[in-house]
Amino acid sequence: MYKVFLPLRFFLKRKITYLAVIAVTLCVFTVVVVMTVMNGLVTDFVDKNHAFVGDCIVGTDSLVGFGWYEDFLDELRQADFVYAASPVIKTFGLVKSESSSKSGALPVMGIDAVEHIKVTGFASALHYRKDSPLLAFAPQYDSTLPGCVIGIDLLVNRESDGQYIQSSLLPRWVYSVTCFPLTARGALIKSGTSLSANSKIFYYSDNAETGLAKIDSGMIYLALGQLQEICGMAAESKRATAIFIKFNPGSDVERCTEKVARMWADFTLRYSDKSQSWLFDTVTVADWKSYCRETIAPMEKEQTMMMMLFAMVGIITIFIIFVVFYMIVAHKSKDIGILKSIGAGEFAILGIFLRFAALIGITGSAAGLVLGVLFLRKINNLEDWLFANFQWQLWDRSVYAIGDIPDSSGVILPTVVFICAVSACIIGAFLPTLRGVIKKCVDILRVNEL
Amino acid sequence: MNKNNCIMNCSGICKTYQMGAARLEVLKGLDLSVASGEFLAIVGSSGSGKSTLLHIMGALDKPDKGSVSFNGTDLSRLGRGRLNAFRNKNIGFVFQFYHLLDELTLLENVLLPRMVSVGTLGWAKVRKGARKAAKELLERLSLADRAAHKPYQLSGGQRQRAAIARALINGPDILLADEPTGNLDSETGNGILKVFNELHRAGQTIVMVTHDEKIAAIADRTIELVDGRVSAE
Ligand SMILES: Nc1ncnc2c1ncn2[C@@H]1O[C@H](COP(=O)(O)OP(=O)(O)OP(=O)(O)O)[C@@H](O)[C@H]1O
Ligand SMILES: [Mg+2]
Repeated sequence: MYKVFLPLRFFLKRKITYLAVIAVTLCVFTVVVVMTVMNGLVTDFVDKNHAFVGDCIVGTDSLVGFGWYEDFLDELRQADFVYAASPVIKTFGLVKSESSSKSGALPVMGIDAVEHIKVTGFASALHYRKDSPLLAFAPQYDSTLPGCVIGIDLLVNRESDGQYIQSSLLPRWVYSVTCFPLTARGALIKSGTSLSANSKIFYYSDNAETGLAKIDSGMIYLALGQLQEICGMAAESKRATAIFIKFNPGSDVERCTEKVARMWADFTLRYSDKSQSWLFDTVTVADWKSYCRETIAPMEKEQTMMMMLFAMVGIITIFIIFVVFYMIVAHKSKDIGILKSIGAGEFAILGIFLRFAALIGITGSAAGLVLGVLFLRKINNLEDWLFANFQWQLWDRSVYAIGDIPDSSGVILPTVVFICAVSACIIGAFLPTLRGVIKKCVDILRVNEL
Repeated sequence: MNKNNCIMNCSGICKTYQMGAARLEVLKGLDLSVASGEFLAIVGSSGSGKSTLLHIMGALDKPDKGSVSFNGTDLSRLGRGRLNAFRNKNIGFVFQFYHLLDELTLLENVLLPRMVSVGTLGWAKVRKGARKAAKELLERLSLADRAAHKPYQLSGGQRQRAAIARALINGPDILLADEPTGNLDSETGNGILKVFNELHRAGQTIVMVTHDEKIAAIADRTIELVDGRVSAE
């Protein structure tokens, strides 16, 4: 009876326990909010990369590309685990436009809109053709013209709150794209003594916002066939530089990627006597994570570093909680002696103080979690308000491609933080209590009231 | 002293405190018997080991050598659980500094030893009777109207009387009091002594440590601790 009654009394009747609860609350609050924001940013970035490339990539870094890709696409589309597959050309071109200050060598990507929207998040990246992505390369004012989709940051400005200032009518802008066609051997095609270059005029048909700063600030998307032509990849056997693949929903990406790799190995064997079969050698099969490694890895490194910093904050937090408890229990060591003198057992006394600590831990952590989740829910409103009234912003939205501050903590993080905080309280109380119980209580009782 | 009448017997008690290289021999083979119903006063200069002896008698501390037996049972043979039960049921402690729990009311403080003796379920059964007994005790000690007060709301004498009530709630065989008046002015102290005197007349065995030989005069028997032994009776 007293084992429950005493912890409750200690908890309710001591001012210092309120302070301890507040300390725990603040610590839990901080950790939950910061971890959520950090995790959210990384997850968001990783998801955007995933959306950009699909689940699996069969591709080469070489600008020459590889042939017979259409045959392999057919085989892929027949595989039961493949949802869709899209041929892609990634290359560079000289881009000139009277409307945009940024011109020069830019990455150019050729895609087949029909397939690409099945594999990637391309459709939702569009602005004018969001609802009719198949017409991405058909300018609204004349759908017979060859269109080009431009990375949004190349031509659309942003307000200080991060909103893009899209014009309601599609501007009639013209881009000239120049590519240097390569032979299958990788040599520049020459006509006589001068290099031959293919230029073509494209009409601005839409802009694309992937949320990936590097892509949005430089990429020009063209229809696959047209890019193939100006890159000299349409001749002989047609070439592409990659195939983006989407697996059926819910499939294990790693296992399916292995299957694709086996299919590819088998395919290259069967096609080894075909023309340009040497180009297969540079082609690799990778799942989206390994493919985006270069982009994601620095971010993940950063996250690891932040996690370590926060582990330190966490450890300090736990230490603070520990010290608070140490003080409280050390303050109550007299009670340990009293309880012992009236016949309470060591374990019973330990139990009383651990329950007392658990009460503080649970109350404080629960309050911290609730406050943290509420704060996160309102964090974007709060930021908007701060911006509206004080021009204060966490990220300058005209610079960063961060839309909202991540505000969803999920379930795992709060659970882990909760368990850690409560454990810290219990451990914090355990050691001094144990010391008090083991240390002969006569020593405690000898002294005057503390 | 009649052997049958003996409730507690200490023989050859030695207690040494080791502080670094220094050894402090506090008790050096002390023999002492307490008869049932007796009021025994222990006097001695400060640091002579009175509190140490009392703690050993109450099984709060263990002697280095020698044995304490209670009603013929050697305490050193009891396990932890039995010793806890012994302190809970057979012994009542009264300390110089009251040592009440600050978060509990007087009534709850008095009830605490009873709560300790029964389990959580057992408490439901004995709760009513225990509260009645505790209230009666508080009344006997003129604290009836203070039952709901916290210790800090009371005077020293009142706190000490509450501590006595707590020591008595389980009807202990021996009441061990360590300078119960040491922290009180003489008038309040006299009030406390009167309480002990009444308890004694009602048959309670009392062992009281005190500095003051005058206080010791009301006891049946007074022993003095000198050089770690009982020097005079
Ligand atoms: N834990 C300990 N470590 C070292 N020495 C101790 C310890 N506890 C008590 N002593 C010493 O033992 C001696 C006896 O202490 P004790 O408290 O029994 O004396 P006392 O007779 O009750 O004195 P007082 O009348 O002042 O209360 C003292 O000198 C004290 O300093
Ligand atoms: Mg003493």
